[in-house]
Amino acid sequence: MSFVWTVAWRLLREGRFQTALILGGVCIGVAVVVYITAIVNGLQATIVERTLSSQAHVVLRPADRNNQPVLRVPAGTVALADIRKRTQRENTIANWSRLLNVVKATPTVTAAAAMAAGPGVAQQGGVRKSVTLMGVSLADYQQVVRLDNKLVSGQLLLGSGQVLVGKELAADLGLTPGSRLRLQSASGTQDSVQVSAVLDFGIKDLNRRWVLLPLRSAQNLLGYRLDITEIYVRTSELHEAETLAANLSAATGLTADSWQSSNGQLVTALKSQRASSLMIRVFVTFAVALSIASVLVVSVVQRQREIGILRAMGTPATRILGVFLLQGGIVGLVGSVFGSLLGGGLAVGFTHIAKTEDGSPLFPVVLDSELFISTALIAFAVGVLAALMPALRAARLDPVEAIRG
Amino acid sequence: MADVLLLQGVRKSYGGGASPRVEVLHGIDMALEEGSFAALTGPSGSGKSTLLNIIGLLEPPTEGELRMAGTLSSGLDDAARTTLRNRYLGFIFQFHHLLPAFSAEENVLMPMLAGVGRINRDDRARASMLLQRVGLAEHAHKRPVQLSGGQQQRVAIVRALMNRPRLVLADEPTGNLDTQTAAEVFGLLHELNREEGTTFLIVTHDPRLADTCQQQFKLLDGRLL
Repeated sequence: MSFVWTVAWRLLREGRFQTALILGGVCIGVAVVVYITAIVNGLQATIVERTLSSQAHVVLRPADRNNQPVLRVPAGTVALADIRKRTQRENTIANWSRLLNVVKATPTVTAAAAMAAGPGVAQQGGVRKSVTLMGVSLADYQQVVRLDNKLVSGQLLLGSGQVLVGKELAADLGLTPGSRLRLQSASGTQDSVQVSAVLDFGIKDLNRRWVLLPLRSAQNLLGYRLDITEIYVRTSELHEAETLAANLSAATGLTADSWQSSNGQLVTALKSQRASSLMIRVFVTFAVALSIASVLVVSVVQRQREIGILRAMGTPATRILGVFLLQGGIVGLVGSVFGSLLGGGLAVGFTHIAKTEDGSPLFPVVLDSELFISTALIAFAVGVLAALMPALRAARLDPVEAIRG
Repeated sequence: MADVLLLQGVRKSYGGGASPRVEVLHGIDMALEEGSFAALTGPSGSGKSTLLNIIGLLEPPTEGELRMAGTLSSGLDDAARTTLRNRYLGFIFQFHHLLPAFSAEENVLMPMLAGVGRINRDDRARASMLLQRVGLAEHAHKRPVQLSGGQQQRVAIVRALMNRPRLVLADEPTGNLDTQTAAEVFGLLHELNREEGTTFLIVTHDPRLADTCQQQFKLLDGRLL
């Protein structure tokens, strides 16, 4: 073994109490970082996943129709005109199959589905409920929004004259798979349909309102002819959905909303949570660095005479520097291994304590190798950096002064 | 024979600026022949330690020249002086100053490890040969605290010889030992001087021990008598 390794290792081994202190500090710090990261990542992934389980990543809607000003005003002139938004006609997307192909051909888009949606009333016996009629092609729609995990009863079939309803609506109207009900659009068109399945969308309001029916039936009921109202898009790059929305809007001329813009408050909450966990991690890292530095400073002072003897017998100052830097690095790396185990254990333990009513974990913690590897590398770097000041101090010791003590 | 060490007009002063300037050495000329066994004596405060530090390349002289095995030391930076110390010099301190975290054998190997960065089989063989030579073969793996004062000083002596230095500087090597042990250690230094052909310069208070040396330098008030 080289001088730097031999001496660094031996000094750590000999200074048992100091080494234990410093390792304890690093271990606790790393454990906190790993624990918080695992919990926050798990929580955020779960929240996003739950939120998006019944939403498309990007939704394309018809562009607003705006009134054009009659007068073109030259620059620098103020037009005292009040341009009001036009009363909108029933705004739909015509010739949509070409647009759908454009959308599907866009990079990172994994699936796209057409939808004709509009207001309606569901009627069973004497009970009437206001609903949203959502006409889809079941195969396309399922590629954008998973339905198989939302099935409460019945079968996922959407043939002509069949509908899928949410479980609250089913309860309100007393529907089970096989029941018939009457759907009526705002314009008065009616259709009698059969329930093929009852679904749980995860949100009561949606369970009360959503009725999925075949695209063609919805178009007939709502009077859209062959038009649709929305294109649902799924992407492989969840966090790039805003960019994708902008690209799709430019490519199709439609209005595009990403899931982030549809869930503004959620995104803000996630961001501030991430920022606060980052702050915690940064401050814990500082605390760890300071504890490494302070213990090593004491160690340098205590070993002053030995350092002087080593310098007198011809040890280059750079090797002394290396000895103390390496001690910092070793402590960081070893401490991070124990700290990762401790933090990971705490996070897993947390999932056993925090459970939903049915006994399943509230959310899964995310413990991936990337977290452990990056933590170890950061701990090593922080250890070396924290050791820099004590190491420089050791390397600059004047041997004569150091030996005299 | 060639001179291992040559000092010409070496002066050393401390302070200056705000504090009064104190000259400790007032022009030292001295030469040490290869293979000689010399004593440096003088009362405390005569400048022995300062002179030893300058010869040991631990501090530079304020004025004058020092040649170590033919190399002029003035103008060398810390790294170059460190290399010279490692290659040409061995140090024996009054208090053995062994490294407590390392065994006797590792302490002996340390100058080689420190200078070269790693050690090979030949170095290990030399270390155990040296320990055997001073009768410590069976104590090779003991820590310094497990050894007696005389044993510790013998480990420190062979540590100084590990790199086959041209000159060994010993600062009161027996100052901390009882009379009999001191005589034994001094005898050992004489023997090693003959066997290894290494030049020794020994600072001592003890006139009886100094009288056994071929050459004596007497320092008084910063001048050689």
